[in-house]
Amino acid sequence: MSNPQLPDPVLEVSGLSLSDPPVPGPVLEVSGLSVEYVLDRGSVRAVDDVSFTVSRGEFLGIVGESGCGKSTLLFGVAQLLAPPARICGGTVRFQGKNLVGLTDKQLSAIRWRDVSVVMQSAMNALNPVTSIGKQFKDAMQAHGVRNGDEIAARSAEVLRMVGIDPVHLRSYPHQLSGGMRQRSMIAMAMLFTPDLIIMDEPTSALDVVAQRAMMVQIKELQQTYGFAVIFVTHDMSLISHFSDRLMVMYAGQVGELGSTRKIFDRPRHPYTRGLLEAFPSIRGPRVPLKGIPGNPPDLARLPTGCRFHPRCPLAVERCMHVTPGLYQMDETLVRCLRLADGDTSQRTDEHRSLTP
Amino acid sequence: MAATTVTTQPGRASAGHAARRFWRAVRRNRKATAGAVLLVLFCLIALFPGVLAHDDPTAQIYPRNLGPSAAHLFGTSGLGNDLFAQAVWGTRQVLIIALGAGLAATTIAAVIGVTAAYLGGTWDGALNLLTDVLLVIPLFPLLIVIAAYVQNSGTLVLIAVLTLTGWSYTARQLRSQALTLRRRDFLEAARVRGERPLYIIVVEILPTMISLLLAAFLTNALYAVLFASSLQYIGLGDPNATSWGTMLYWAQNNEALQAGYYLQAIVPGACIALLGAAFALLNYAFDEIGNPALRPVRKIRSKHVQSATS
Amino acid sequence: MRFVLRRAGFFLLTLWAAVTLNFFLPRMMPGNPAIAMMAKFHGRLTGQSLIALETIFGVNTHESLLAQYWHYLCDIATGNFGTSLFFFPSPVSQVVRSALFWTLGLVGLTTIVAFLLGTGVGIVAAWRRGGLLDGIAPPVLVITSAIPYFWIGMMFIMIFGLKLRWLPWSGGTDITAVPGWNPAYIGNVLEHAILPGMALLITTIGTWTLTMRNNMVTILAEDYVRMARAKGLPARRIMLDYAARNAILPNLTGFAMSLGFVVGGAILIEYVFNYPGVGYMLLQAVQNEDYPLMQALFLLITVAVLVAILLADIATAIFDPRTRTAR
Repeated sequence: MSNPQLPDPVLEVSGLSLSDPPVPGPVLEVSGLSVEYVLDRGSVRAVDDVSFTVSRGEFLGIVGESGCGKSTLLFGVAQLLAPPARICGGTVRFQGKNLVGLTDKQLSAIRWRDVSVVMQSAMNALNPVTSIGKQFKDAMQAHGVRNGDEIAARSAEVLRMVGIDPVHLRSYPHQLSGGMRQRSMIAMAMLFTPDLIIMDEPTSALDVVAQRAMMVQIKELQQTYGFAVIFVTHDMSLISHFSDRLMVMYAGQVGELGSTRKIFDRPRHPYTRGLLEAFPSIRGPRVPLKGIPGNPPDLARLPTGCRFHPRCPLAVERCMHVTPGLYQMDETLVRCLRLADGDTSQRTDEHRSLTP
Repeated sequence: MAATTVTTQPGRASAGHAARRFWRAVRRNRKATAGAVLLVLFCLIALFPGVLAHDDPTAQIYPRNLGPSAAHLFGTSGLGNDLFAQAVWGTRQVLIIALGAGLAATTIAAVIGVTAAYLGGTWDGALNLLTDVLLVIPLFPLLIVIAAYVQNSGTLVLIAVLTLTGWSYTARQLRSQALTLRRRDFLEAARVRGERPLYIIVVEILPTMISLLLAAFLTNALYAVLFASSLQYIGLGDPNATSWGTMLYWAQNNEALQAGYYLQAIVPGACIALLGAAFALLNYAFDEIGNPALRPVRKIRSKHVQSATS
Repeated sequence: MRFVLRRAGFFLLTLWAAVTLNFFLPRMMPGNPAIAMMAKFHGRLTGQSLIALETIFGVNTHESLLAQYWHYLCDIATGNFGTSLFFFPSPVSQVVRSALFWTLGLVGLTTIVAFLLGTGVGIVAAWRRGGLLDGIAPPVLVITSAIPYFWIGMMFIMIFGLKLRWLPWSGGTDITAVPGWNPAYIGNVLEHAILPGMALLITTIGTWTLTMRNNMVTILAEDYVRMARAKGLPARRIMLDYAARNAILPNLTGFAMSLGFVVGGAILIEYVFNYPGVGYMLLQAVQNEDYPLMQALFLLITVAVLVAILLADIATAIFDPRTRTAR
């Protein structure tokens, strides 16, 4: 049952649906997570008190500008931070168990089996001096699979899942094309059909056509195998077609969090609105494009009060002095004082919705 | 030999701004400060040797092989020189060789390296080949052979010989960095403006490579100190010159160690080691300044310990 | 394969350059060293060695420069390095052979140990960033690499040889030792090798350790190391297969480059300890003005370095699949 409000030709052809309700029971619960970078001149918080949950089989998209902390958040969740970054607060509960503070050894049991990771650039994320097959084998051996035949069979199977000929198991990363590399990373992430796959901008290095193809592939796999996905990207328009829920990050904090549909129909946070207004529609009426003036703040020298107020079209005097929390409006969480006040001076005439 | 990995990413900062940042970085990095202090100390000694040592280093008038005393801080040599005076006055020749050969070798390396990178094509190939061949031929044996033919190499000859054999190592590094700059926008702009290649090389490329040029200079200076002293030690320098290497040569000749006159060997060696350490420390510190990942990591003590592997 | 062939070609080119240098250097020297030499050796030389000397300096021959050059190349190719002046009438090749054994043992072994040990320490130091090793190793090693090789040797002689009298510090063996494959002789050889070996080890290990550590630190920040962690691989696996393997590759070619310096250090160490190796012999030849011997030793050392570089290149080709498809 495809959504009539979303006549995406590609999706229609592949018969995918976007609004299948995910199975209840969260697979991941992040609560108050904060990550700081310890530098010579003091610490800087790249991620500040972020909370969200991911349900079984759900696709959560995380969007934001460069430097908003989304990649750091991802690594924080996956416990992959390296000095000078460190988690300085909060918990990350994966299937009930808090991962923060565990050693690599303790984490290795659930790593890859239950949670896997796909990174931005396969060229950088794959070991350049070992073959693809060997890297698949590594992961399997680390989790107790010793039988050579089993390993070979499974490796071939996951490659076929993403449409790559298993003969490439013998290839080295530099011998594959960019798209193939990226897909083999996804295949590798699927080795144990985990419950959650975390993806850090896996499509950013690809061209537009390849991006689309990969997103469709990911969505297909998700529908077939039922794993949850956290997908970080700066490309709002791309993610909107595939994610169930969306989290907009700004300056290390959650700006808006809710179902993708609701956010697109009625973006509440001025930043989210700014982001949506920046994307033109191919078919809609010609509207003057608006960017968001200014630059994201230096995390070491944050503005007082609301972090977004210097660039916000709705900002008033209060915004400079009071730090907004997350307020619930319908089922969306929004970090904005104006909206919490019930201020209805939102400019509804310039709404962007998914209907072209 | 200083261990360096080329990682600097130069930007087009103005000279004044860069100099200030540089100075701050030197002050904050302990290794750089130590190295800089040592170097300045040696320079002062070389400039005003008479202030420290009152004896004539070449005068062989004292009783031989004396131990340290108030009159002779380091004792006397096997021929009757005051060791302290020799060490102090010897600083001059060593520094001249170090700075001279360092400067000359770096200049040649810069010219060849950058030109090769800039011109590209067959020129690059040819210059590269020349560099590689010279690089691979073992330097010290070559130095020995050349010095053997020349006999009794004085300061100038030493500088010349060290320069001619030593430029190849740093030429390689400079060429690599010049290559990364080749396509940068500000160079394209200069080319489009119609500037001549020489102008572009000297006025546009070289200033952005200052940090690497500095590192190359330090490397070459260190190499010059060590090799010049070594050559003098084995007798291929001018044995009548006042220098740390020649002090060691005479100590060896005198069989100082066997006879128990340790200071005759320890003093010049320690001087060489200290000056060498000054160059090496500065070089290593610049490596760290250029590549922040190499800086010393403070161990983070808290319940959320995250290290390379927890 | 093509990679290796290219490197072999380079090898031959460098060899030719070294041989040519050997030929032209004596002829390029200012003044007329040949005449000076003649005067020095006057009366002590027989006809044979006089001719040899003249050949080297290109004096009194009736051939053109090019002809001389050609003859020289032919001689080298057939292994005819002339007759030693000092060890007259022994041919140079024979003299050299005796020293070769000592140097291969001392320098060869020590270099390999220094490389392995240094690389190992570098890997561990980088792996435990912020630990004790990582804190003291870099500054200490930076300083030791600046100390002149021979001085460490002299200090060793002073402390361990003379003051403490633990170990012998001169020669390859005791003068009275009788050569033979028996434990007594071998023990004697080893005893004499300890001090020079340690001195060489200390001076050369610094570079390996520092470059390995710096490379490792850079590599540890790479995404594929993070990925390996994400896969839940055991720490040792990550350290060796992912980090070290990539970090050591640039080190291999660096290893070859540094060999030139190791050779220099070895020469000085042999001199300080009177160890009868190739380096010691080279310096003796210089002091005795035994030019044929000197030239041959220079060539030998160059060839040794070139062979080592070639081996390092082959190793790189084996371990780094990217080189096989390069240009």
